[in-house]
Amino acid sequence: MSDVVMPQMGESIAEGTVVRWIKKVGERVDRDEPLFEISTDKVDAEIPSPAAGVLVEIRAKEGETVPVNSVVAVIGEAGAAVAAPPAKAAVPVAAPAPAPPPAQGVAPPAEAADQSAPDGQKQKSSPLVRKIAKEHSVDLTRVPGTGLGGRVTKDDILGYLGTGERPAPSAAGAAAPAPAAHVPAFKPGDNVEVVAMSVMRKKIAEHMVFSRRTSAHVHSVFEVDYTRVAKIREARKADYERQGVKLTYMSFLMKATVDALKAVPIINSSLDGDHIVYKKDINLGIAVALDWGLIVPVIKHAEEKNMLGLSRAIQDLAARARSKQLKPDDVQGGTFTITNPGVFGALFGMPIISQPQVAIMGVGNIEKRVAVIEDAIAIRTKGYLSLGYDHRLIDGAVADDFMSQVKKTLENFDSDAV
Amino acid sequence: MHPAAGPVREVPIRPMSRTLIVRRLGVVGYAEGIELQRALIAQRTAGEIDDTLLLLQHPHVLTLGVKAGESRQHVIAAPERLAELGVETHESGRGGDVTYHGPGQIVGYPVINLKPDRCDVHRYVRDLEEVMIRVTGEYGLQAGRINGLTGAWVGAEKIGAIGVRIQRWVTSHGFAFNVNTDLDFFRLIVPCGISDRGVTSLERLTGREIPIPEVEAHFVRHFCAVFARES
Repeated sequence: MSDVVMPQMGESIAEGTVVRWIKKVGERVDRDEPLFEISTDKVDAEIPSPAAGVLVEIRAKEGETVPVNSVVAVIGEAGAAVAAPPAKAAVPVAAPAPAPPPAQGVAPPAEAADQSAPDGQKQKSSPLVRKIAKEHSVDLTRVPGTGLGGRVTKDDILGYLGTGERPAPSAAGAAAPAPAAHVPAFKPGDNVEVVAMSVMRKKIAEHMVFSRRTSAHVHSVFEVDYTRVAKIREARKADYERQGVKLTYMSFLMKATVDALKAVPIINSSLDGDHIVYKKDINLGIAVALDWGLIVPVIKHAEEKNMLGLSRAIQDLAARARSKQLKPDDVQGGTFTITNPGVFGALFGMPIISQPQVAIMGVGNIEKRVAVIEDAIAIRTKGYLSLGYDHRLIDGAVADDFMSQVKKTLENFDSDAV
Repeated sequence: MHPAAGPVREVPIRPMSRTLIVRRLGVVGYAEGIELQRALIAQRTAGEIDDTLLLLQHPHVLTLGVKAGESRQHVIAAPERLAELGVETHESGRGGDVTYHGPGQIVGYPVINLKPDRCDVHRYVRDLEEVMIRVTGEYGLQAGRINGLTGAWVGAEKIGAIGVRIQRWVTSHGFAFNVNTDLDFFRLIVPCGISDRGVTSLERLTGREIPIPEVEAHFVRHFCAVFARES
């Protein structure tokens, strides 16, 4: 079996993109016969096969970009079975399994072919390993190989010579990513610890890329003067606390958002194929950061609640989120989401929309800033608000109209509504 | 010699040839140019001929790089408009995105073997840029590179484009340099997929039409200098 690697086409080139597989899996290929095409910079290069045999496995698909020297395919003897796919990097490391060694040393395939030809015998090691062996007068056939097909890897020979550590089973066993994955996250021998993703983390990861692929994300950022809101909050928070509810900036933001959603209902909708689904209920999702992840509990029927009701609802949901007491219904059915990147200090965020919604609002850090009011310098409480929206449905003018209304409501907040 | 060893094949040992064959072809159809390169690549790979530099012009044509799907999106003119203007479209098999070739533009196809000392595609591309930069310099103009954007640039405008194919370190396709090109034709595409930069030519920059043979001669000289070949 021979590994086919992404060749290094230049000193400073670290990766290449597979453009086309000239041979398909199962096809015979001769040594030096064109096997695949790569592109890098403005160059398209045809790469010949390093060995004769059958193309047993393709690891890098057309269109994939992988680092130089990573294995892109495997050539086997005619009739060879496909090697069992190596375990995914995400799975916790189990029993040691031989990892396909990345080809050591930098040699364009043409030269590699020259080197292994002359004595007609295929060496099961790379030029670098042979060089090390020669330097130390070591007979390679006596060195146990842990690489694919019994190849002697660099770690094997260094271990044999006692100059390096024997590869720990976990390092050798942590295999290259499965065919479906792209760029390997690490090589055997790297100083890493591999931990399995939690179910929540996996779900978040999947949703994030799914959302990016689905919506045409655009972001708009507005600055809001919260001075009036801050004053109202100071004046009324004691009242709220007497009722067991905290009055926060988020309370005001939720109210302003609900009002704006009533005025610009397309922001509270979803896309279903070619149809726009206007949601009559406003189910406001508020992103909550947990020690172990992120969750978005939803306040159902926010349009029916007043400031007190909204504040109470979010407090309850946040507490249940942190104590892992949320019910499935609490995190489903949202029509618009508010997230709070500012709580960690960010000026503003560019959040990813929670599908199947079409917009998400990010609240930036609220702090006192210098402002210009009627040509005089003033100290005001300010913060940025960003709206991430789906340009498939929502144009800039509509998004900015919505945000202007949120801003206007906040800056001219009706103290009687609190 | 053992009589039983069979016929002895003599392999002629030749010193590394530094010869560059230069062929000026005038105006040649795109498909014809591809065919000629194909033949030359085979001969060069087999060692039957020396390194060759083709200098020519094409009739109006748009060519797509290897990622043809992507580059086709950068053809912004409708097919009817292209037909009206007599502009053909071809897939090329070279790297790079979409570009335009036409009269007044010198197209260069070096079919050279980069072995043993030039097996570095970045270096090859930079060397082609260098040749175009030096030729531009002959006209009192300062051309240069822009990091991340392959080609020869004068200020923020591109005067020379590059798209290369390599097979076992033998090159084909190459570069295109605007001498008296009708730059309006570039409005049919997003050149090389770069939408916010303009295109320019020697004629546009110097204010006069420059004879093609004169520029070709500069190309031969500077190519030989940069690539250490002798024509």
